[in-house]
Amino acid sequence: MALKIVKGSIDRMFDKNLQDLVRGIRNHKEDEAKYISTCIDEIKQELKQDNIAVKANAVCKLTYLQMLGYDVSWAAFNIVEVMSSSKFTYKRIGYLAASQCFHENTDVIMLTTNQIRKDLSSPNQYDTGVALTGLSCFVTPDLARDLANDIMTLMSHTKPYIRKKAVLIMYKVFLKYPESLRPAFPRLKEKLEDPDPGVQSAAVNVICELARRNPKNYLSLAPLFFKLMTSSTNNWVLIKIIKLFGALTPLEPRLGKKLIEPLTNLIHSTSAMSLLYECVNTVIAGQYSCSVGHIKSHLLCVQKLRILIEDSDQNLKYLGLLAMSKILKTHPKSVQSHKDLILQCLDDKDESIRLRALDLLYGMVSKKNLMEIVKKLMIHVDKAEGTTYRDELLTKIIDICSQSNYQYITNFEWYISILVELTRLEGTRHGHLIASQMLDVAIRVKAIRVFAVAQMATLLDNAHLLTGNMQRNGICEVLYAAAWICGEFSEHLENPVQTLEAMLRPKVATLPGHIQAVYVQNAAKLFATILKNQEGNTDSTAAQETSQMMIDRLPLFVQSANLEVQERASCILQLVKYIQKLQQKDVEVAEEVSALFAGELNPVAPKAQKKVPVPEGLDLDAWINEPPSESESEDEQPKAIFTKEEPKHSRPRHTEVDEKELARRREARKQEQANNPFYIKASPSSQKVYQEAPGVEHIPVVQIDLSVPLKVPGLPMSDQYVKLEEERRQKERAEKKKKEKKKRKEKRSGRGKKHDSGPESEEDITPAHVVDIVTEEMPEVAQEDQNRLPSPYLCRVKVCICMFCLCRPLADSEKLPVRSHRAAGAPKSSAEDGEAENATPQEPKKKSSKEKRDKKKDKERDRKVRLRCWKHFPPSGHKSDSRSTQSEGRTVVTFLVFPLPRKVCDIQGNLQDGSQVVVSVIFENKSDSFLKSMEFNVLDSLNSKLQRPEGSGPHDGLTVPFQLPPGVSNEARFVFTVQSIVMPQKLKGTLTFIVKNEDSSTHEKLDFKLHFTCTSYLITTPCYSDAFAKLLESGDLKSSSVRLEGVNMPFHHLLARICFHHHFSVVERIDSCASMYSRSIQGHHVCLLVKTSGQTVSIDAKCDEPTLLGNVLDEIKQTFSQC
Amino acid sequence: MPFLCLFFMLLFSRQGKLRLQKWYVPLSDKEKKKITRELVQTVLARKPKMCSFLEWRDLKIVYKRYASLYFCCAIEDQDNELITLEIIHRYVELLDKYFGSVCELDIIFNFEKAYFILDEFLLGGEAQETSKKNVLKAIEQADLLQEVRYSPR
Repeated sequence: MALKIVKGSIDRMFDKNLQDLVRGIRNHKEDEAKYISTCIDEIKQELKQDNIAVKANAVCKLTYLQMLGYDVSWAAFNIVEVMSSSKFTYKRIGYLAASQCFHENTDVIMLTTNQIRKDLSSPNQYDTGVALTGLSCFVTPDLARDLANDIMTLMSHTKPYIRKKAVLIMYKVFLKYPESLRPAFPRLKEKLEDPDPGVQSAAVNVICELARRNPKNYLSLAPLFFKLMTSSTNNWVLIKIIKLFGALTPLEPRLGKKLIEPLTNLIHSTSAMSLLYECVNTVIAGQYSCSVGHIKSHLLCVQKLRILIEDSDQNLKYLGLLAMSKILKTHPKSVQSHKDLILQCLDDKDESIRLRALDLLYGMVSKKNLMEIVKKLMIHVDKAEGTTYRDELLTKIIDICSQSNYQYITNFEWYISILVELTRLEGTRHGHLIASQMLDVAIRVKAIRVFAVAQMATLLDNAHLLTGNMQRNGICEVLYAAAWICGEFSEHLENPVQTLEAMLRPKVATLPGHIQAVYVQNAAKLFATILKNQEGNTDSTAAQETSQMMIDRLPLFVQSANLEVQERASCILQLVKYIQKLQQKDVEVAEEVSALFAGELNPVAPKAQKKVPVPEGLDLDAWINEPPSESESEDEQPKAIFTKEEPKHSRPRHTEVDEKELARRREARKQEQANNPFYIKASPSSQKVYQEAPGVEHIPVVQIDLSVPLKVPGLPMSDQYVKLEEERRQKERAEKKKKEKKKRKEKRSGRGKKHDSGPESEEDITPAHVVDIVTEEMPEVAQEDQNRLPSPYLCRVKVCICMFCLCRPLADSEKLPVRSHRAAGAPKSSAEDGEAENATPQEPKKKSSKEKRDKKKDKERDRKVRLRCWKHFPPSGHKSDSRSTQSEGRTVVTFLVFPLPRKVCDIQGNLQDGSQVVVSVIFENKSDSFLKSMEFNVLDSLNSKLQRPEGSGPHDGLTVPFQLPPGVSNEARFVFTVQSIVMPQKLKGTLTFIVKNEDSSTHEKLDFKLHFTCTSYLITTPCYSDAFAKLLESGDLKSSSVRLEGVNMPFHHLLARICFHHHFSVVERIDSCASMYSRSIQGHHVCLLVKTSGQTVSIDAKCDEPTLLGNVLDEIKQTFSQC
Repeated sequence: MPFLCLFFMLLFSRQGKLRLQKWYVPLSDKEKKKITRELVQTVLARKPKMCSFLEWRDLKIVYKRYASLYFCCAIEDQDNELITLEIIHRYVELLDKYFGSVCELDIIFNFEKAYFILDEFLLGGEAQETSKKNVLKAIEQADLLQEVRYSPR
């Protein structure tokens, strides 16, 4: 025995253990590879021995080498050997090695199934634990299938240590073997209520991850999780549950409302930043936006985020900004108020924080603050060290300014100045970006050309500043734009001769070829303009001097190595020489020369060609010449195959079209071309200008505010524009106020309809000059982003689990494979009863499409009925009433429209609130399909406007904040602003929504009309008889009366009807005579005196607004004519 | 794509030497090496005062430096960065408790122990035990088992 031990230890003495190996590697830094290869040889020897201890030691070393990047796949079998050792020490090492080295394609994994099963059922919990841990790393679909049942059994192990691991690993099994989910789910659900908190949180983890993949199946668990959420104190668990709810709320909007309270509580109470951050993120991501509670919690989030951003911890700052950018997408206004803070972050020393802040700024700009923000950014550009960040700033400035077709730029002179200032950046790579902006603005904003040309001329004059250093040549791209703009719009140049000189300086020859080419070509354009200016003069020497200068300078370019430059230069040189000859003979040449460059260049969209209609009779696919005959030669065979296919594509030709039709089409085409901004017209106006001065009339003459200096000496300073702009806006505001005062006066006289505008709003800011932005279709860059290829790493496992309904009873085929001698382990689904309603009966597909059409027709008819019936219900009882109407209807979507001016109840006579009407709409889904993405939109009239959230356009629809599963109804409220309430009004609207079926979804539209009657502006207001008498006596009221014939009902019914439908209250009743009172939301008094005799009812009415009164009486009349 | 708490955890030194790697997604060795190389470079290039998060491909990387070691995890876009930092910190605390003021050399020479601790703490990329005490207890007992089985030899 002793000898054996000694022998063993001697053996071991010669072996290197892990520590020796590590030490050895550290000591052989120079020849590490060589040292390791000898070590691997030793390991190979050791693995050949029978001693399991030696083998385990070798495997341990291999695991280390694997981490260093060496291939150890050859030892896979040895690892399995060590795994199957009965000793825990070695088993542990074996499983570790396996979990580090094995992957799905390791073939020996097949051999391990039985060993793992044995370990899983080992009496020693650590054996089981080690096996589970290992399995979590290298589980394959085969292993998952074979072991699913064993692991499921372990979920009910006596030891929480094992239960916990088993629950977690079940998730991996589900991923690899989705069929196991259904049988295992009930047990997994049970674990949510496990006595051990560790097991419980493991179950929460797994279900959360499952639910994030397919939330629909887990909706039924919401109450359970809700309970857990309000009771648990474990932050790890809470975070998971909140994440789960984040996945569930889009499917069940009611959940969102319910969640707001506990989430807000957590936000208030928790000290754990991670939990706070999770809550905030969930609230932000929530799709519910209309309810008051949400707006509150939203504000809270923004507040908390502000605290995060103000924190000194870089991490919190970064995350705060990240979350802010998410809010920005939905509630830009609430972020904009924190502009100061975000601008501050631009000074942060951490570049990743600065970049986040930059991203935020992009979405925060408005017409009002653009100049200010860009000014700050320009300061940062000057300060920024490191070209990457500075370039990032530069692109962001240009992005911010040019976004959505220069939407936020009110003063293009300012923008040009900014661009010119940016050219002073040293070593930027983005010269071409600045250049393309300059070109774009100069071409598309006609009004700016004068200014742009002046600036560009200055740039050309100072070109040596830009090109002085050859390393800065990125920026010289700007000269390309400058030269082109000066040449093309040379008629605006102050001093064309000077610019021409600047363009022909010898230094130009050092510029890149393509820029020189532009210089040469545009020098010629300039030359033409100069000639024309000088021709009128009596002294022709000036013109000849210019020609001479061209002749002197151009040869430099003729010698250029660049073909393009050379060709253009020599061509122009000869031309100028010829012109000079003519000049010497006193021939007037200017017009001929400028004709070379006549005509305006219009911007053309990349897709413009598509818009050009194919002329009648032109078949683009037809052959112009007959294709070569097939029989010509053998080797042309492939071509013949190609041509054979062609005829398929050719369209049928329209050969017989009579004259009339042709004329009609021609006319239509002309019309279309005239309206098409992209069509370059062939009208005489653009061929033009041979005789007249080139295009002078075609340049829109724009009144430019003279407070802005047209020519800025030297390079421009954008800053001054900020000030000027401010002054201009103030002036404008003052003017506007004046106008408004006038209007208000008019209004008092009873006609004014335009609403008061509050403090300066976005729309109030008008551009400094009328800018004619030639819009074109922008290339669809955004889409490219979406098509981004998925990274190769993360799309590996695409198993589709949870696609079935968890509550269906188990089919035999779905039961887990179990080894024969065991009892079938799949327990009956306990979830069955709870989730039974969830299972949607599947309908035959064919039927639905046909039905839909029928239903649509019904819809039309039914809607009218329904929309009319709203006025029969008083505000208080609307809920029950709506239900009764549902039962008659067969519509797909039922609308019940219902204006109830409830706000006024509190604040009577307040004109501000008196203009608001709340419309409740009940949407009921009577179809079998799921309706989502509903958008409610109304065509505003001058008088009534739908209140839209801030930041959305006047024609945007409102998203209905819920989705409708079949058979469900829900109510949404929309607020309208009404100017005048004296007239009834109808508003047209549309509801768009997506109908989602089992396998398809369609976009549907429903048109409707909202009928705002005058009655709906009345509120039932009690009035005492003495007050009533005073009112009548006051004499302020105008009177009117109406007679109703053939009313066949008791008097008290009649009164009840008026009260009910028209919101009146009875003041006093004496026999067959009654006085009634009501009041409008804007405080108009309406008094009625109703008398009846036999079947005739006479109503004498008084009101301080005769129009309103007339309309109310008409409506009352209508009510009684219907019965 | 499977949702996971963590996609992988890497430990590497300031010199860029890998000290520990745990992958919770099955990838080939080649891919693992490529990712490791790229990430080590990116993280080491960052300045010390910068925040612990970066966007990398379509993942978020959360890293933190403890003494000479960088701990680096990858999470999915929707995941919580702060709880991931917490996981890293928790693991460091566990190592610290187990080794007694842990240093890089402890992890180099006892790298299998570092793995055992990690495996008791995280399983399949999910935190399986949030109580430090329980993790250490499990490790100690397993170690004890090892000792017991050693002694007969």
